[in-house]
Order: sequence, then structure tokens, then C-alpha cells
Amino acid sequence: MSFLVQAYAFFYQFADSFAFLVLCGLGLAIIFGMMGVINLAHGEFIMCGAYVTVLSARGGLPLPFAMLCGTLAAGLVGLILEFLIIRRLYHRLFDSIVATWALSLIATQGMLIVAGPSIEGLKTPFGSFELGDYSFSVYRALLPLVALLLLGALYWLFVRTRFGIYSRATIQDADMARALGANTSRIYSQTFALGAALAGLTGALYAPTMTAVPTMGQAFIVQSFVSVVVSGADVMLGLAPAAAVLAFIQSLLTKSYGQLIGQIGLLLTVIIVVRVLPKGISGWFLQRSGGR
Amino acid sequence: MPRWMALLDGPQTLGRGPAFWSVFAIIVVATSLLPTFVNAFAITNLTYFLVWVFMALGLSLIWGYSGILSFGQTAFFGLAGYTYGVISINLGDAGLWTWFALLVSLILPIVLAVVLGYFMFYGGVRDVFVGIVTLSITLVLETFMAQTAGPEWTIGSARLNGFNGMSNMPPLTFPWGENSIIFDGPAFFWLVLALVVLVYLGLRILVNSRFGNVLVAIRENPDRAEMLGYNVRLYQLLVFVIGSVLAGMSGVLYTLWGSYITPSSMGLTAAALPIIWVAAGGRKDLTATLLATVLLTWLSQQLAVKGNQYALIWMGAILLVVVLFAPEGLFVTLWKRLRGRKRTRQATAAKAASSPSA
Repeated sequence: MSFLVQAYAFFYQFADSFAFLVLCGLGLAIIFGMMGVINLAHGEFIMCGAYVTVLSARGGLPLPFAMLCGTLAAGLVGLILEFLIIRRLYHRLFDSIVATWALSLIATQGMLIVAGPSIEGLKTPFGSFELGDYSFSVYRALLPLVALLLLGALYWLFVRTRFGIYSRATIQDADMARALGANTSRIYSQTFALGAALAGLTGALYAPTMTAVPTMGQAFIVQSFVSVVVSGADVMLGLAPAAAVLAFIQSLLTKSYGQLIGQIGLLLTVIIVVRVLPKGISGWFLQRSGGR
Repeated sequence: MPRWMALLDGPQTLGRGPAFWSVFAIIVVATSLLPTFVNAFAITNLTYFLVWVFMALGLSLIWGYSGILSFGQTAFFGLAGYTYGVISINLGDAGLWTWFALLVSLILPIVLAVVLGYFMFYGGVRDVFVGIVTLSITLVLETFMAQTAGPEWTIGSARLNGFNGMSNMPPLTFPWGENSIIFDGPAFFWLVLALVVLVYLGLRILVNSRFGNVLVAIRENPDRAEMLGYNVRLYQLLVFVIGSVLAGMSGVLYTLWGSYITPSSMGLTAAALPIIWVAAGGRKDLTATLLATVLLTWLSQQLAVKGNQYALIWMGAILLVVVLFAPEGLFVTLWKRLRGRKRTRQATAAKAASSPSA
């Protein structure tokens, strides 16, 4: 029995880390895969989602609606920033990195000035359940399911809807898509807003589990990059397996050596993956199946 | 102009000829005379601004001249700083031991850069992935140093001290008869200033040499450079090592300056700063980088000293404006504007003089 509990504790840790990596990576991966823009302000979109969620929940909104507000707020900010700044930086990879980094500095410090070093958090809903000597949070146990559901929803969005068809056409060959009548610049801004909204949703989902601080984006961005680099450009194909592999490595190391070593393990994995599979897991899949 | 001076000027740097170098000499002499005019506090501050120049010049060489964007120069900065701390605390300031510590702190970044550079450039890691690998390395080092708070993390008599950082390392000391010269205050300032001038001139010679021309050729088109017979990977490795040892130099000097180093010097925000300086001034020019680094570290210190929380916002805003409106960098764009105007004026004057209607 105690072996089963141990095994579940490990699985819980694994699933928790899996959910975190998937949720972090989604928004970043969609923007990168679609437009080749590396959004270093990704963590700050997450922060934005978390803050709006916490503030509107404390203002009396039920939690699910507060989360929706957080998601929409981040999406809206994304839409505005795309229009004002990002739009000018397509095809200028380094400049887009530098500019989004600047945005991230401004957002972090701005939030510190506006809202102070931290704001009062929310209570994690649903309480906890106990197995043997361990106590598990129900809410965190549900997050992996949410992550899988989101992946499913995005699959549906990209495969079954008109927006999905247009956007995949744009990824494959933007000039051709434009020639065939797709409004690629609108697709780009929609995609950027979608990525930002997904980041906001991540922040909203994790808002009840952590204290919202202005620098919280940094805690997310590293994980986001880790999962996107290992996944490769094709989110649908690569993100889930990448997150699974990484979560396994992280939870194994964390269990044996502690959290920081787990973090170091992730970063070292990325370095090795960049060297061995520069196109990530999805690139490797495509190569094996004789695709691009 | 003597022959060696001609080596300093070339197509890869802005500013040349007697006028430029006279201004340069005046600035250097004036700066070196400052300790006689201003108080010790101002000198300490000025040293602080100059300390960062090496890392910025190194990044300009790697990123601006060679087209390799490394996000993680702070890894070498921190490695060198911690190395100096560990060695100098263990060996003390007797004899030449502090200089030995300095030397080892510059060798370790070279070793790391060679290993990492070989791994990346000979392993086909390209473009933005170089940035991701180097950023990962600096974050690994930061995370690792942050978890060394416990008493078991001690090297000899030096405690690594986790997130609070190491302190109390001795300053550079040179035995001189009965006494010894201790490099702090003005002496340390002159040392740093001399190093800045040497490194700046050295890099100018380097980028205007054949080596520098090849670097720019690789930046513009690596495949073409390879087809023309240049060993692209070797050049990239060499330039990465040079840039990294310069970042290490900043790290040692920073550690000496405050006799203090923390893991956050390798964190994400710290890693962003050199990118900001280099991008803001003009990454493809050493002079612009140097000016921007001193100016921006001065600016952010001024803002911080006045209890102003807007320092990072200003940094971010400057960077954003530069990327959007002067992608070549502030100083480079300004310089080209001024040159352009002068040239048009000369051209109109020449035209007016040669036209027969007058």
C-alpha cells in the first residue's frame, strides 16, 4: 500500500510538472511557431493574467469568471502590443527578442510601482485529499487534465476551424496564403492575441496556487522556453511529449535532490536537446515520417 | 600618422583620423586627471561605470560584429567573479596571490567558453539557439549558486553563501618594498581606466584587421564565407572566447570593486543589461557601445540613487524606442545623420564652386 502511495506521489509530482510545462509553453509556442517571434514578455502576459484574476476575484467575481477576465485582459494587451510594436518587427528576429525583453522589463517594474511588491493571494479552491502520510491539493491534481483539455481544444481550433486552416496555410507559406486571399496580417495579430490570452489563462490558472508578485513572470518564462525548445515549432505534435519527458526528468531529480537541482536538470536537458535535436521533438517526428 | 595608428582605423569602426583621436586623447587624459579634482565617492562611482564596459565590448564583438547573439555573457561574468572570490579568500593578499587569483579568474571563463563554443559552433547550433544555450548556462550557474547557502558549500575557507553572495575578498595588492600598493580608490580607478583604453584600442585593431573583416563577412552570410574558404566555426569559436574573457574581466573587476558577488549577477535581469547597452548604443560599433554602456549605467545609477523606481522602466523604454526608430543604435544613427549632413553640405559646396553659372 505504501508503495502505491509513493508511486502516486511521484505521479502527482510528474503530472503537476507536466501541466506546468504544457500551460507555460502553449502561448509562447504558438507565437513562435506561427510568426517566428520569440516573445520574451511571455512571462509578463502570465503575470498580467494572474493579477487580473486575483484582483477581480477579490473584487467579488466568482473564480471561473475572474479567470476568464484574466485571460481576456492578457489577450487584449497582446492585441494592442502587436498593433503598436510587434507588427513592425516581423522578420527581424533579434530585434523582436530585444523589444519584447524591453517590454518585459517595463511590465515587471511597472507592476512593482503600481501594485507593490506583492498582492494578497487567493485561497486554493477544492481543498486537499490525503493518501497515507501525504496530502495532495485537489486543484493541482486537476490542472494536468485542464492542460490536456486545452491541447485538445487547440487541436480542434487549428484543424477544424476556418481560422485554423488559414493560420496553418500562413505558417506553411505566408506569401502563397496571401496570394490566395488570406489576410495574413490579421492572422498574425489574432495569433499573437491568442498566444497572449493563453499566457493569461496560464497565469489565471496558477493564480490561486501562488502569491502574485511582479517578478513572477521570470518563474514561468524559463520553463516556457524549456518546453518550447524541446517541443520544436509544431506545438500540436511536440509539446505534450516534450512536457512529458521534461516533467519526468524534473520530478525524478526533484524527488532525489531537491527543487533547484530539478531546475538545473531541465536547463541542461535543453542544452543537450538543442545540440542533438535542433528542431525539437516535433522536428524529429516529422523527419522520421518523411515530412519536412 | 604613424603606421601603428593606421591599424586603429578602418571600415569596421566609426570615427577616424587626427580629429577623432585628438578628442579621444583629451577625454582619456581628462578622465585620468579626475581623481585630483573630484571626491573619492565620485571616483568609486566612475570606476563602477567603467567596470561594465568590458562585457559590453565583448558582446558588441560577438553580437554586433559576428552576428552571434549570446544572452548569457553573465555566466562568464559570474564565473570569474566567484573564482576570484574563492581563490583570493583562500590565499589572502600576501605576495602576488591576488594577481594569481585574477589570472585564474580569467582562465576559467576561457575554458568554459572553449568547451561551450566547441559544443555549439562545431555542433551546428545556430541563430537564436546559441542565445538559448548561453542563457540556460547562466541560469544554471545562478540556480546552482543560489542553493549553496548551507555550511557544506565551502571551498577551503571561502563560503559560497547561497543567495546572499560572497563578500570580503581582498583587493589587488602589489608588494612594493616595505609596504605594498593596494589597488583601491584612485589606483583601482586608473587600473580599470587603463584596461578600458587598452581593450578598446586592441579591439579596434582586431576588428579592422583581416580577422575583423572575416567576422563581418560571416555575420553577413555564413554560408558564403564558408564557400570562400574561411573556417567559419573556428572564427566563431575564437570570437566567442574573446568576448567571454572580456565578460569575465568585467566580473573580476566588479567583484574587486565592491568586494562582493551574488548569484543574481547571473540572473535574467542581469543578463538583459549588456544586451540593452549594446543594442542602445549601436551593436556594430565599439565606440558607440562604450559610450552607451557608461551613459546607461550612469543613468540607471542616478535614477536608483534618487530612490526612483523607474530605472528599469527607462531602460526598457530606451531600448524599445531604439529598436523601433533607430535599429542600428542611437549613437550610430546619430553619427551617420551628422556625417550625412556634412557630406551633403560638402557636396553642395563643391557643386556650387564648380558650376559655371556663378
